[in-house]
Amino acid sequence: MNDILFMMAVPFIAALVLLVVKNDKARGYIAEVAAAIIILSSVWVAYSYLGEPQTFEFHNEIIDMLMFVAEVILGLAIIYLGIKHKKYAASVLGLVQLCMSLYFEFALKEGIETERALYIDDLSIIMVLIIGIIGSLICVYAVGYMRDFQEHHRDEKDRRRWFFFLLFTFLSAMYGIVLSNDMVWMFFFWEITTLCSFALIGFTRTEEAVNNSFRQLILNLVGGIAFLAANMLLAHQYGHLDLTWLLSHGPDAAQWVLVAVMLLCLAGIVKSAQMPFHTWLLGAMVAPTPTSALLHSSTMVKAGVFMVLKLSPLLTGNLGGYMVMTVGGLTFLLASMAAISQSNAKRVLAYSTIANLGLIVACAGVGTPEAVWAGVMLMIFHAVTKSMMFLCVGTAEHHIGSRDIEDMDGLFVRMPKLAMIMMIGIAGMFLAPFGMLISKWAALTSFVDCEYIVVIACIVFGSAVTSFYWTKWLGKLACTASKAENCEETVHKQEWFVLGVLAILTIATCILYPVVSSETIVPWLEGVFHTSGESLVPLLEANNMYIVILMAIVLVLLPLPFFGRTKKRVVPNYMAGVGIDDETYVGSMGATVDVSLRNWYMNAWFGEDRIRKVGEAVTAVVIVALIVAAIAGVSI
Amino acid sequence: MSDWMWIVAAVVFVVVGPLVGCLLAGIDRKISARMQNRVGPPIRQPLYDVRKFLAKEQVTPNLVQDFYVMCFLLFTIVTGALFFGGMDLLLVIFTLTLSETFLVLAAYSSGSVYSQIGAQRELYVAMAYEPIILLMAICYYLEFGSFAVSDIVESGEMAFVPLLGVFVAFLFGLTMKLRKSPFDLSLSHHAHQDIVRGMATEFSGRTYASLEIAHWYESVMLLGMMVLFFLNGSWTGVVLGVVVAVLAWILEIWIDNGFARMKWQTALKSGWVVGLILGVGNVAVLLLI
Repeated sequence: MNDILFMMAVPFIAALVLLVVKNDKARGYIAEVAAAIIILSSVWVAYSYLGEPQTFEFHNEIIDMLMFVAEVILGLAIIYLGIKHKKYAASVLGLVQLCMSLYFEFALKEGIETERALYIDDLSIIMVLIIGIIGSLICVYAVGYMRDFQEHHRDEKDRRRWFFFLLFTFLSAMYGIVLSNDMVWMFFFWEITTLCSFALIGFTRTEEAVNNSFRQLILNLVGGIAFLAANMLLAHQYGHLDLTWLLSHGPDAAQWVLVAVMLLCLAGIVKSAQMPFHTWLLGAMVAPTPTSALLHSSTMVKAGVFMVLKLSPLLTGNLGGYMVMTVGGLTFLLASMAAISQSNAKRVLAYSTIANLGLIVACAGVGTPEAVWAGVMLMIFHAVTKSMMFLCVGTAEHHIGSRDIEDMDGLFVRMPKLAMIMMIGIAGMFLAPFGMLISKWAALTSFVDCEYIVVIACIVFGSAVTSFYWTKWLGKLACTASKAENCEETVHKQEWFVLGVLAILTIATCILYPVVSSETIVPWLEGVFHTSGESLVPLLEANNMYIVILMAIVLVLLPLPFFGRTKKRVVPNYMAGVGIDDETYVGSMGATVDVSLRNWYMNAWFGEDRIRKVGEAVTAVVIVALIVAAIAGVSI
Repeated sequence: MSDWMWIVAAVVFVVVGPLVGCLLAGIDRKISARMQNRVGPPIRQPLYDVRKFLAKEQVTPNLVQDFYVMCFLLFTIVTGALFFGGMDLLLVIFTLTLSETFLVLAAYSSGSVYSQIGAQRELYVAMAYEPIILLMAICYYLEFGSFAVSDIVESGEMAFVPLLGVFVAFLFGLTMKLRKSPFDLSLSHHAHQDIVRGMATEFSGRTYASLEIAHWYESVMLLGMMVLFFLNGSWTGVVLGVVVAVLAWILEIWIDNGFARMKWQTALKSGWVVGLILGVGNVAVLLLI
């Protein structure tokens, strides 16, 4: 157990050190060393506890006390900040949460002791690896990126110490969420991640950043209140605040257990940016890129999906399951549609994150071992690929001066290596035979098996839409008609290192997914669903698996001898006029005309506002109606 | 059928597929010509064309297009081989998307506005018909308990009646997939209604020949999917299937010649409405039974 405590403490200690170190070079070294220790310790923990789920006797009044004090102080801080920035909704919600916390602490929690505050199982191990490896890689990337960032914002105060403090604290809090068995602890860490991302989103302190950070805070406070309400309910009705106890129930659990589970799922839905709460994640992109990468891939939203995946065995075929499935499915479809209308690369990525999380949430809602398998796989692939995509966009933005996809025309000429990595990332997001598609395939099969037609329709139409918005971006990258100069010489070596590692990880997870599955996910599923692994996942049938892996290998190897080589004569494009080169031609009046072409966005159909209104209305009604039904004791 | 029979079927497809496809293309041109009161070229004309493309001077707009086109052809063949080899229908569909993506990338890579517009439209039309094809696979799964073509064939039951909805939807989607007018947005063989040559504007010589050959393979595979609806474990099923597939092909030619290109909006609207009503409707019916 000490190794686990060590692992949880390292990022926080690094955070404290980085808060005081002013020298930029020293900061770089400390961040790199800390990242190395975090990665090694997470791999060590994974290695030592793989296949051996257990809980740990660990209980300490002082820690409980400290957490409570911290919670009260942070609650007061929220109220103060809300008033200071005239965001009264945040203050009110903060006040509500604070009152609930006080009532909970002094009236309900009396006599309830969770002796075993920590646990670990295979799902936690997967999360530990995602947080440890990808999270700390992003921190390393941030070193070089923030150097450029400071250059670009020279007239502003250097607040990088605060930035790195937040990044590393975030990692500790994430470890806390995935390893706490005591739900009071889990709630504490849950709120810490909310506050960390609040501070990270508001980092630049522009008006937009402040507004968006408060939006994040307000929505996540709603989730936090739902979490706290679930804790209060469990404490009041059953006198237990122990995750293992909660998970020992089945989908046909008693009424108040189900209500508590639904409230916890609601908290997860908020954190994983599902509709109707998704707007906070869109706002989060005003922050420096490492923040977005962190929020989207290894932390924050992953805490949300972790929660619903964790609770998935309690959701099979009951009201909670239908709530989660419907919200996830609709979010997948609608967020994918909204992605079409966006030309800002970060916003496309944000919508794609929301959509993919929707799929994971829907898988958890189905609550069969097959569906949850797909959900966990999606989570892994998404973490690797999405972090890479964000970092690519961040690097591109610093070098071509824009994060607009339209400006990435011919990126292949200007930043060939980066464009290649981006193309791998995009292919990984939706194309056979790469990662996301493998899990989407499994998800599709399990949705059909659960016979709920709404999610079937959502995934079918959502997939079609997904291909559209990714491929049109891919096409922009692939375009070679450009005379622009290569401008990727100045990319920092940390950035290349991290991007390279992530690109290799993306490909490796595609080729090695059967190993990941059989070593971690399947044993975990067997444990929580009490089934044998034999029947799991028809997708892993030998034939399909071999073909998929073979295709992946072919696609990786094929470009080596053939890509970019031709014996043919290279000629300019046809321009239906007198072409000068691929970018200009002589028009009918003798003037030189530039050629440019924009992608399709179809705003009239897939415009954000339109989609948002529909999505918010429908999902809000579903959530409220089903929770009310569960409280009223309806069962199906 | 035993495993090796499926392998033989896949090999036969790879070898004979393009010949059949070429023949179909020839018939297409002949019938089209007759509908337009022309004599039309000989049936083997598509083959002569391709031979000529191969002999032309080889030029290319850039260094990477050849690679994309090569992958497009390769994965189109793989798609068909997987289908005729009795593999998973979803795998077939996903591989088809992969090959499609390579074609689109080839078109985008040139940077020509004409081919880029074509590429975008190709993607757009794909978005319109993809739900139909996925729903077809789902209906097979609901009816036969498996996505594998081999299981569907070996069940010995005809899928046509329970899958009537998706059959009609598939027929509708076929017009889009074969790039026939009124949905030939990306690449038309009617010179009067295309922007230069759409997606294929910058393809020439060997790349253009590859496109044609891939199209032959694809046509055969799509008609194979048509036949699958009718297989019932005996020869009558095969014959019935082939007859219907040929009729469908002629119907597509008739539609192609009978309609002018429609506005792009119509493609997505109609594709999704058909998918939603016939496709999802069929799924609902199968779930209820």
